[in-house]
Amino acid sequence: MTSNKRTDGREFDELRKIQAKAGVIQKADGSAYFKIGDTAAYAAVYGPRELHPRFLQDPKKGLLRCNYNMMPFSAGERVRPGPSRRSKEISMVTQKALLPVVNLDDYPNAVVDVFIELPETDAGSRCAGICAASIALADAGITMKDMVVAVSAGKIGKNLVADLNGEEEHITDEDVADIPIAMIPSTEEITLLQMDGKISQEELLKAIELVKPLLKDIAEIQRKALKDKFKIDGESK
Amino acid sequence: MSELNVKDKDIVVPGEILAIGMDFLPSYGTYRREDKIIANRLGLMKIEGKVLKTIPLAGRYLPKRNDVIVGQVVDITLNGWIIDFGSPYRSMLPLKDASFDYIAKGADLTRYFALEDYVSAKITNVSSQYVTDVSMKGPGLRKLKGGRIIKVNTHKVPRIIGKKGSMVSMIKTATDFRIVVGQNGLVWVQGEPKKEIIAVNTIKMIEKEAHISGLTEKVKAYLEKETGAKIEDVQVMENDVQ
Repeated sequence: MTSNKRTDGREFDELRKIQAKAGVIQKADGSAYFKIGDTAAYAAVYGPRELHPRFLQDPKKGLLRCNYNMMPFSAGERVRPGPSRRSKEISMVTQKALLPVVNLDDYPNAVVDVFIELPETDAGSRCAGICAASIALADAGITMKDMVVAVSAGKIGKNLVADLNGEEEHITDEDVADIPIAMIPSTEEITLLQMDGKISQEELLKAIELVKPLLKDIAEIQRKALKDKFKIDGESK
Repeated sequence: MSELNVKDKDIVVPGEILAIGMDFLPSYGTYRREDKIIANRLGLMKIEGKVLKTIPLAGRYLPKRNDVIVGQVVDITLNGWIIDFGSPYRSMLPLKDASFDYIAKGADLTRYFALEDYVSAKITNVSSQYVTDVSMKGPGLRKLKGGRIIKVNTHKVPRIIGKKGSMVSMIKTATDFRIVVGQNGLVWVQGEPKKEIIAVNTIKMIEKEAHISGLTEKVKAYLEKETGAKIEDVQVMENDVQ
């Protein structure tokens, strides 16, 4: 990349446009919608509820079950419905990203189910999924130490960037690294760190530092989404 | 010097820093990390002197001793009935606590409570793992025959009941309905079909507007409009309860 701007005119450390809303699915115990650029995620939380099969029950703590699913029409090409190698992996990393904040000790023998559905994807879908899931968990009244925020960092050519979009992810004439990061904002603990591409150790650390303030901005948006749910209730009366 | 970041009755979300400094104490729905007190669930802030706590706004019902619940019989065992009351955990209604009648060994338990019957019961015991026992020996605890079950948010139940039962007795008087409100968020209503819609709508309205002050007046006005004026009766009833 030779110019000072990115393909969609953003600064290197600028996020795509974000929209967040809590309580979008009435039947669920908690739910949320999170959209970043052209990637949108719905998350629905059911539970805590009885856990079946029973051999999975743990009298010491509850279980957090996550399911990530891209809708068939969400990407340019049709996504074959049903679990794939990729979606199973992302379900697992989502669960591991959320586990450190959820107080599962409060729900022995029970399960909290998180369903993440993506109607539209354009890079950064696991991060959008984690952000939505985190709002939905809070909306469901689950006790948790903090919310989890996620966004991707990366490198295009020589530039460190934040929040890659689909177009940038598919650049072939320069080296591209895509690093999804999830963080607990209050302690700055990182709960998800994956990488696609090549980057040096120093640059990886720099990239993480680059997105930290941005992650805190997203945390503010999440909080506002939750509070707005109650504000609108009050004003409409 | 400690600093307080929130006001009473603010909505707080998990991870929000409520206060910095050691002058405040964390209570329900909050925890301390280093010198900060942080919320750990979505709730309404409550400040009681030095003590900071949050009142939950969402979440499923967790059983608590002495709560009266409305539940459904989902299984019958040799020792009693299994009652489901919309929480992550089921409860056991043992034979000896089910009825004042003597139940002989090997009796047909469906004669007392069949599968899918609804009952109102009181929680007698909850273990740390939420193994729950209920009893039906007590005033007003019975099998709920006929009628209809409405689901409401369990955290709005205190508002539906009102101060010393004022709100629910108002609906009862105005609509001539029998109503049992379970702490778990299941409400049983039974009465004349014509007035059913009024009773159900009133309960839904209270659930939706639970956070509004002066709700009693609003509910009274609504009931009067729908049924034809009855203010005096309701007031007398309210005074009786108190």
